[in-house]
Amino acid sequence: MGRVPADRAEAVFEDFKAAYSLQQAIAESERCLYCYDAPCIQACPTTIDIPTFIRKIATGNVKGSAKTIFDSNILGMSCARVCPVEVLCVGDCVYNREDSPPIQIGKLQRFATDAAFEAGWRFYEAGADTGKKVACIGGGPASLAAAHRLRMYGHSVTIFEKRDVLGGLNTTGVAPYKMRADRSEDEVDWVLGIGGIEVRLGVSVPGDVSWAELESEFDAIFLGFGLGPDKFVGGEEGLSNVHGAVDFIEQFKLGAVDLSDVKRALVLGGGNTAIDAVRELRGLGVSDVRMVYRGSEAAMAGYQHEWKAAKVEGVRGVWHTSPVSYEVDEGRATGVRCVLTDESKKKVPGSEHVIDADLVLVAIGQAKIGELVAGLDGVQVEWGCVVTDASGATGRKGVYCGGDCRNGGKEVVNAAAEGRDSAEAIHAYLMGGQ
Amino acid sequence: MGVDLTSNTAGIISPNPFWLASAPPANSGAQVMRAFDAGWGGAVWKTLGTPIQNVSSRFGAIKWKGNAGVGFNNIELITDRPLDVNFREIAEVKKRYPKHAVIVSLMVETRDEWREIIKRSEDAGADGLELNFGCPHGMCERGMGSAVGQEPAVNERITSWAKEFATVPVLVKLTPNVGDIVPHGLAAQRGGADGVSLINTIKSIIGIDLDTLVPQPTVGPKSTNGGYCGAAVRPIALHMVAALARDPRFNVPISGIGGVTNWRDALEFILLGSSSVQVCTEVMLRGYRIVEDMIEGLETWMEEKGFQSLDQVVGKSVPAYSEWGDLDLNYEIVAKIDANTCIGCNRCMVACHDGAHQCIHPNPNGIQPIVDEDECVGCNLCQIVCPVPDCIQMVKVDNGYTPATWNDHVNDGAALRPKKGAH
Ligand SMILES: Cc1cc2nc3c(=O)[nH]c(=O)nc-3n(C[C@H](O)[C@H](O)[C@H](O)COP(=O)(O)OP(=O)(O)OC[C@H]3O[C@@H](n4cnc5c(N)ncnc54)[C@H](O)[C@@H]3O)c2cc1C
Ligand SMILES: Cc1cc2nc3c(=O)[nH]c(=O)nc-3n(C[C@H](O)[C@H](O)[C@H](O)COP(=O)(O)O)c2cc1C
Ligand code: SF4
Repeated sequence: MGRVPADRAEAVFEDFKAAYSLQQAIAESERCLYCYDAPCIQACPTTIDIPTFIRKIATGNVKGSAKTIFDSNILGMSCARVCPVEVLCVGDCVYNREDSPPIQIGKLQRFATDAAFEAGWRFYEAGADTGKKVACIGGGPASLAAAHRLRMYGHSVTIFEKRDVLGGLNTTGVAPYKMRADRSEDEVDWVLGIGGIEVRLGVSVPGDVSWAELESEFDAIFLGFGLGPDKFVGGEEGLSNVHGAVDFIEQFKLGAVDLSDVKRALVLGGGNTAIDAVRELRGLGVSDVRMVYRGSEAAMAGYQHEWKAAKVEGVRGVWHTSPVSYEVDEGRATGVRCVLTDESKKKVPGSEHVIDADLVLVAIGQAKIGELVAGLDGVQVEWGCVVTDASGATGRKGVYCGGDCRNGGKEVVNAAAEGRDSAEAIHAYLMGGQ
Repeated sequence: MGVDLTSNTAGIISPNPFWLASAPPANSGAQVMRAFDAGWGGAVWKTLGTPIQNVSSRFGAIKWKGNAGVGFNNIELITDRPLDVNFREIAEVKKRYPKHAVIVSLMVETRDEWREIIKRSEDAGADGLELNFGCPHGMCERGMGSAVGQEPAVNERITSWAKEFATVPVLVKLTPNVGDIVPHGLAAQRGGADGVSLINTIKSIIGIDLDTLVPQPTVGPKSTNGGYCGAAVRPIALHMVAALARDPRFNVPISGIGGVTNWRDALEFILLGSSSVQVCTEVMLRGYRIVEDMIEGLETWMEEKGFQSLDQVVGKSVPAYSEWGDLDLNYEIVAKIDANTCIGCNRCMVACHDGAHQCIHPNPNGIQPIVDEDECVGCNLCQIVCPVPDCIQMVKVDNGYTPATWNDHVNDGAALRPKKGAH
């Protein structure tokens, strides 16, 4: 598919967690206790049979190990790199309970899935043609997982993606020290390798193709369009050096950015996108990078393990501080006017002050765009998220949904699980009469 | 794909060569059915005979790097469940799993008892019988088990009784508690056995409780010798299987047992002549679920090597197992350390210095030790202790001598290369 350019700014980043060598992988896999009914499996949203895939590395059956992973999670390669394993599988390893270092499940998963990509092992074939057609809206992890499972059952699948790259935020958003965009594209190719998935890039739904057109051409629809654009504080319009963080991340992941004049950068927010952004700015060479958050260090929404790593890289936090407006000079922000906040994040009167900056990234969340489905009667939207039952079915027959646009913004692995399970539900729906 | 794992051991057919050995994992119908669901191709039922009374505790284990059970020992006897119950469950399993192999292990004393128990086993639907001539504790004191397996004449006589009464294939399970396994395999063959299984457990004392001074497993203030099994016994079992497989007089199929923990171990038994492979200890320690990897690993290996069916693999390594006197004394290799991957632990150096021929020396210019190739005898101790895969390679030296074995040398005066490191 459309390969991302080679000269991307993100290319300067090395892997934060290095790949295992063979001997490291074997040593770590032999340390695994091969627990029964293991808690790590329950902690994985796609419930990969972790003890089994690890034992297979230890016995030298790396091919079987990769298959065990992909059987549950076709995006197992990217998940191995981008999953916050510290709060998922690794966080639940039984070794934690006796204060021993937990098994490095993510690194082992990367070892097995990288080996599969390297060797070109293919495990899945499309099922016999059912004559049924499914449209997947969005080309991110949720749709890719759904599309692959649907092809295993023999349904024909078309992905509608408004960008000219596939992979969703896995390609355009995740931190390059976890995974760079070209690796996400390798995964897209791997998923599409099952054959028979048609991809329409640069097509926005319902702008370019209406819901009515889709419903007349397809037997079922899967919604996987993710979240919308960055939210803003207010007053950013026309300021050339203030950007939405997700937007800025996409720019340097897919192309070049010039930060040569930037000495002091501020990132507004305290979630994981904010932490990614400060680490990324440091990695791109900005010397003074500060994260401005209205709560305390302990209360931030971002993962503590990520913030710890950011601090090690030389980033600073500005706590109990909330942005209100920008100091502007000739179309550029020169600083952010802030107020202090108290323990309950309320503004402290008379505490206004300005923090100077020559680049500001706003990372206070992404808009939810459930209103996209306004033309689909019966599909409910709450707080901007599409409402479904546990299987992924919306209130309208034949319409299913998964990923960020349903869960409000979780992780790649949640999108993979919801996409896969929705495909199961779609399959049951399509074959119901037979 | 397209690899056929179907196994045929003396006419006992199973969808793959992996069987549960006669032991606790094959103690009851519910267990065996769960095992078949997990993927096991066959099961040798826990030995039936006159039900016994067991002691507690029953097991002991050797721990190695925190991993309990590298070596395992038991003082358990044959089944303690009523025979009717066992036979009812065997029939039930066979009804529900007609394609899987159920082999019934038997141990009784008199000719009449053998007739009776064989009839009942066959009535229950047994695909084969395994005569337990191997149990090294408790039963042998009652004149059964290894007491039979250690006496070729008794072995042959009882085997011939069983063959007289049986219509399904009969395997004789041999005991490793003998000096040379071959006469015992041949005795079973003379008795008419359709095949043999080996090994049963090895007489052992697994350890002593250093506080109470009572050996393990402790039964109150006492213990007794038990049967040793698990990963640690595999080399002994492999040798016994191979000794029979390569003996020209021995020509019945073998079911290999002893220390199998994964597909690689199982494959070694198959390569040395086993048509099926039985597992006890590893299942006791980790459960039936290990079989998925065993099937997949074996299939993948066969695909990679271009084998389509199991019989193409059975015994493939037997021809390469020769007598010492037929090894080429002029074949010369030396150790080479890869300076790029060496991590400088110096384990090769201390091993060679203290345990071999003092030819690995410190490197004045770096962390990687240097091999004095003129002195290296090519023993490969350094390669064994090196923690980095492929860092130490044993490389062939062209010394100009034509191959010559000890037998060639003694019989025909073939020239031998000068000895190395023998000063
Ligand atoms: C900066 C950032 C870093 C992140 N880092 C991590 C991480 O390290 N680990 C992790 O697990 N998760 C991370 N996440 C979250 C993760 O990326 C998402 O949860 C996941 O990508 C959701 O997948 P999805 O398929 O639901 O949506 P997306 O990945 O957003 O994919 C949706 C796709 O739909 C397309 N689309 C949108 N609207 C339309 C339309 N109208 N018509 C057609 N196509 C449309 C979009 O272009 C996009 O390609 C991160 C998120 C962000 C923002
Ligand atoms: C607890 C225990 C009970 C056993 N009981 C029997 C038995 O009843 N009959 C028998 O033939 N072998 C019995 N064995 C021996 C096993 O079948 C097998 O031959 C031996 O353990 C070697 O295989 P392993 O290394 O895979 O355990 C027993 C072994 C153990 C550990
Ligand atoms: S393994 Fe089961 S039967 Fe044996 S001692 Fe423990 S609880 Fe009791």
